[in-house]
Amino acid sequence: MDSVTKRYPDGTVAVDRLTLEIPDRSITVLVGPSGCGKTTTLRMINRMVEPSEGTILLDGEDLQRQPVTTLRRSMGYVIQNAGLFQHRTILDNIATVPRMLGRGKQKSRERAAELMERVGLDASLGKRYPYQLSGGQQQRVGVARALAADPPVLLMDEPFSAVDPVVRKGLQDELLRIQDELGKTIVFVTHDIDEAIKLGTMVAVMRTGGRLAQFAPPAELLSDPADDFVEDFLGADRGIRRLSFFPSAALELTTGPVVRADAGAEQLAAADGAAHLLVTDADDRPLGWAAPDDLSAGDLAAGRLLPYGRPFVPGTDSLRAALDCAVLSPTGWAVAVDTDGRVTGVVSQQAIGEAIRTAHGAGNPGDARAEEPADITKVAP
Amino acid sequence: MNVLNFVNAFFSDSAHWHGYDGIPTRLVEHVQYTLMALGLAAAIGLPVGLLTGHTGRGGNAVAFVATAARALPSFGLLVLIAVVVGIGLLPVMVPLVVLAIPPILVTTYEAVRSVDPAPVDAARGMGMHETGILFRVELPVALPLVLSGLRSAAIQVVSTATIAAYVSLGGLGRYIIDGLYQRDYEKVVGGATLTALLALVTLAVFWAAGRLAVSPGVRRR
Repeated sequence: MDSVTKRYPDGTVAVDRLTLEIPDRSITVLVGPSGCGKTTTLRMINRMVEPSEGTILLDGEDLQRQPVTTLRRSMGYVIQNAGLFQHRTILDNIATVPRMLGRGKQKSRERAAELMERVGLDASLGKRYPYQLSGGQQQRVGVARALAADPPVLLMDEPFSAVDPVVRKGLQDELLRIQDELGKTIVFVTHDIDEAIKLGTMVAVMRTGGRLAQFAPPAELLSDPADDFVEDFLGADRGIRRLSFFPSAALELTTGPVVRADAGAEQLAAADGAAHLLVTDADDRPLGWAAPDDLSAGDLAAGRLLPYGRPFVPGTDSLRAALDCAVLSPTGWAVAVDTDGRVTGVVSQQAIGEAIRTAHGAGNPGDARAEEPADITKVAP
Repeated sequence: MNVLNFVNAFFSDSAHWHGYDGIPTRLVEHVQYTLMALGLAAAIGLPVGLLTGHTGRGGNAVAFVATAARALPSFGLLVLIAVVVGIGLLPVMVPLVVLAIPPILVTTYEAVRSVDPAPVDAARGMGMHETGILFRVELPVALPLVLSGLRSAAIQVVSTATIAAYVSLGGLGRYIIDGLYQRDYEKVVGGATLTALLALVTLAVFWAAGRLAVSPGVRRR
């Protein structure tokens, strides 16, 4: 997008000289308060709104140079509340664009069934009508319908804002999974900064009046907000949220205070000195924390155990998850487990704090990203 | 009861069941007038209603035309045109069509206007042509209301088509008018009963059309 402006006949400027380079095969999120022109910007990409000034290029070609219906058919379009056709079955809803492109009925339906599976919908829903589906399911159908003709570009206008937080999280995870598989160029509009940070490879923060406040990867947004507006928009706990972008793999785990329930006296003696011991069962699954004084050799499980909170998985979870575990744990120690739930060690709040300082020092994201934007890997918070 | 006796006498008289003044002939004539008037009114009201509803423009004009047309008395119009152009089908068709247009036009306009804008936006965004949006997105959803407009127009035309008899044409109005002149109340009641029955049949036809044409996704069952 090169210096694009949208001015309405009454003089209102919805988008003001916006210049934006949207990277291929990744998710770009447009985020901002209501009335900041993010939806208008999105709708200029499929020419539902025509820009007053400036040009929008797609792969170097001006959007104005191809017929508007051809352009729109090459872009998937997902809107809030899905906008399904209530008189058509789910299968026929999804098959809409392939049918418009002149593909056979049978073929289009086969493709639709394939997509239902891809977005996590049960095949038995295919013969139902939209009113028989929940909001989250309808939204999945909306995404499937947009993907039906396999367009390289996907435009999503606040697609998940009308569903409840639990369903929304599921849809977001699903979108990231689908994106991993398909690698589309997605432009996603939302007013929810957390959603933007979770989904975006790049995030464009827009301010009222249709101007771009900052265009950066989410980690940089959190560490280096361009101005007070962006900082304010990010909210109070951006420091904590930024930890989502640091992996927990580097944390030094210790197995010192970890003992099995059937441990003998010598093992207890080996762990001597620790304020608390983590007791596990024979399969190394955590049971709880115990004070050494309460324990007698041979039957540790009989002692009073404190809950161990929620464990984290090093390598998969972020530092934010690890810190959360340590904060939740009554002993101040976070429990690390492998993907099977077996204890691999424990780590203290102090050690996590150390790791956070190291991570900040090493990855002053300002410099690191300037050369190698791909360097910032995203880990599930 | 007197009326039931009239009805019974009228329908059991075999002379009423054949000939050019028989019930079958008059019924067919009546249905013909109705279909013709309804067809003409739909040919005018439906396209205008769909177009104004889809674009959202001309709503005021639609309301004005509808109100004006409703204000015209059917019988007065019939006599006026019969005086001007003479006796024939035209003086009958004009008032019936004028009567049928407002319900068709107004409900079609309202039906298309009130379609949820989200699917329309989605359809446009996925590259559907405007005619495709109108006929494949808006009309299927608006259809129950559009049919209800046609239905009320049809009922009104069925009952009002009796005035055709005033200008020497046939139809069920023949019995009513002739009966009144001849003081043959058996005939009057018989004609009125037939007209009422035809109106009920019209209702049934539209109910069946709704079942067949409206998607279960719109009917929600």
